[in-house]
Amino acid sequence: MTISSAALAGLLDVDTVAKDFPILSRTVRGGNRLVYLDSGATSQKPYQVLDAERAFYTRCNAAVHRGAHLLAEEATDAYEGARLTIANLLGAVPRELVFTKNATEAINLVSYAFSNATAKSAHGRALPHGAERFILAPGDEIVVTQMEHHANLVPWQEVCDKTGAVLRWLTVDDQGRLDLDHPEHGLDAVVSDRTRVVALTHQSNVLGTITPVQRIADAAHAVGAIVVLDSCQSVPHMPVDVTDLGVDFVAFSGHKMLGPSGIGVLWGSYELLESMPPFLSGGSMIETVHIDSSTFAAPPQRFEAGVPMAAQAIGLGAAVDYLTALRSLDGTNQGMAAVAAHEHALTSYALNRLSEIEGVRVIGPTDTHERGSAVSFVVDGIHAHDVGQVLDESGVEVRVGHHCAWPLHRRFGVAATTRATFYIYNGPSDVDALADAIVGAQKFFKVI
Amino acid sequence: MDLESLYQDIILDHYKNPRGRGLREPFEAEVHHVNPTCGDEISLRVHLDGDTVVDISYDGQGCSISQASASVLYEQMIGNSIAADLKTADAFLALMQGRGQVEPDEDVLGDAVAFAGVAKYPARVKCALLSWMAWKDAVAQSASGQAHKENS
Repeated sequence: MTISSAALAGLLDVDTVAKDFPILSRTVRGGNRLVYLDSGATSQKPYQVLDAERAFYTRCNAAVHRGAHLLAEEATDAYEGARLTIANLLGAVPRELVFTKNATEAINLVSYAFSNATAKSAHGRALPHGAERFILAPGDEIVVTQMEHHANLVPWQEVCDKTGAVLRWLTVDDQGRLDLDHPEHGLDAVVSDRTRVVALTHQSNVLGTITPVQRIADAAHAVGAIVVLDSCQSVPHMPVDVTDLGVDFVAFSGHKMLGPSGIGVLWGSYELLESMPPFLSGGSMIETVHIDSSTFAAPPQRFEAGVPMAAQAIGLGAAVDYLTALRSLDGTNQGMAAVAAHEHALTSYALNRLSEIEGVRVIGPTDTHERGSAVSFVVDGIHAHDVGQVLDESGVEVRVGHHCAWPLHRRFGVAATTRATFYIYNGPSDVDALADAIVGAQKFFKVI
Repeated sequence: MDLESLYQDIILDHYKNPRGRGLREPFEAEVHHVNPTCGDEISLRVHLDGDTVVDISYDGQGCSISQASASVLYEQMIGNSIAADLKTADAFLALMQGRGQVEPDEDVLGDAVAFAGVAKYPARVKCALLSWMAWKDAVAQSASGQAHKENS
């Protein structure tokens, strides 16, 4: 049954929020209202973010961290101001934040620290103090999970191929939770004194599962391993304090949290960042340069080679300001807590609505305990591509396929799923539109 | 509503009742093609006798468009000369890449004209082409295999 907005506790004022997002007022496929349920792939952008980018270009565009003219000063201040805003969101200090192109690049920045340190060490070349933590030997182990996005899996496969390290993984149970107590694939069996890296997601982009980060990080740190957290689906959706998480690195993208594309963030403890060799090299990241050798700047500049993406960073700063100013309709929550409460209510409603449709099976937890708002499902008798096509025809835009988590789909024995993801501008009527469109697809393909 | 133009009855019929499905012997070449964006895959074998396409057998998983197009491929291609089938494949490729601007020739394409509507959905063109590209690859491989045998 459908429900009115007022009946769901914790919601944001969706009608007001949606007015800030110009794209949501367009129509699609024959005049249908756009029901955008693909924010897990990329979010839409409010005027506030678009205006911040435009203001940068119209007021103070210049190459940051170079030049002494006024525009360069203002541009640098705005860029570093964005770093401070984002650091505040995460409970971090600005010098621990590296701007990257996206989360994939942020994870590669860490994975390349391992392969670069290993390669330089093999040739006796200079490395920063403390870099031995990044030198791998054949037989060392890197641990991932079966629910990783390719972005937090393939880079580690590459490190293994380059260094002779061995990839191991934690498995997922039938409910879509990490099977940490499994006798053969659980935490005790997989994490050992050979483990050098544990790379995992904070929240699965397919299952919605929120992982027990603290427990895994404790096990990893007990054996001296470095913990890398893919937070693409957590930082945009819930309060995340990097000092509480107990991990060493956190990576996320700006475009999934109202920010522009082309901006991502790597947070790392400063001590570790200092001990890492560079990733991309060139201008800006140097201390001194001679014709035959160079020394490198301190972090974060060491990892920001070339003229950085200033407008995008400033746009992301504006997105963080927007998110932190949000309030629940009932006034109980503010900022990321309000975002999390909103999505929690919507996810609960969506899981209920989907459970009422015969022939629909959710892949992932079917309750909202430690669960975010990615809801993936299969519809009996209809391939996900075809489900998505019929949904699109009625204006409901979802993701179909393996969502860059192919091994996870194999684990569940499905080639593809349909995924709805919710964000601050989605309301209960969007969930209703999804449910109605799924039944429409079942009718179109005559499976009911 | 454009859904009917995309999912024509011929396509849905081939999807629900696939012709020639299942891998068979004999064959000269077998290929495995995947669509990395969605994970759809097909294994496809061709059996040639001289210049004639005698059998195409296939197995795979995927959406209605990808599975129906394999079934139509089977029906359209077997019993013809390789040269004629390559011409059909080229016409199908042109239709799929035509963004809805190419007028399909039913004499050449047969049931494959039903996929004309797919060309208006760029995200689905790869689905329709999956088996046809696999077929082309398999024919090329078996032809080069035969040439290799004749030369040795």
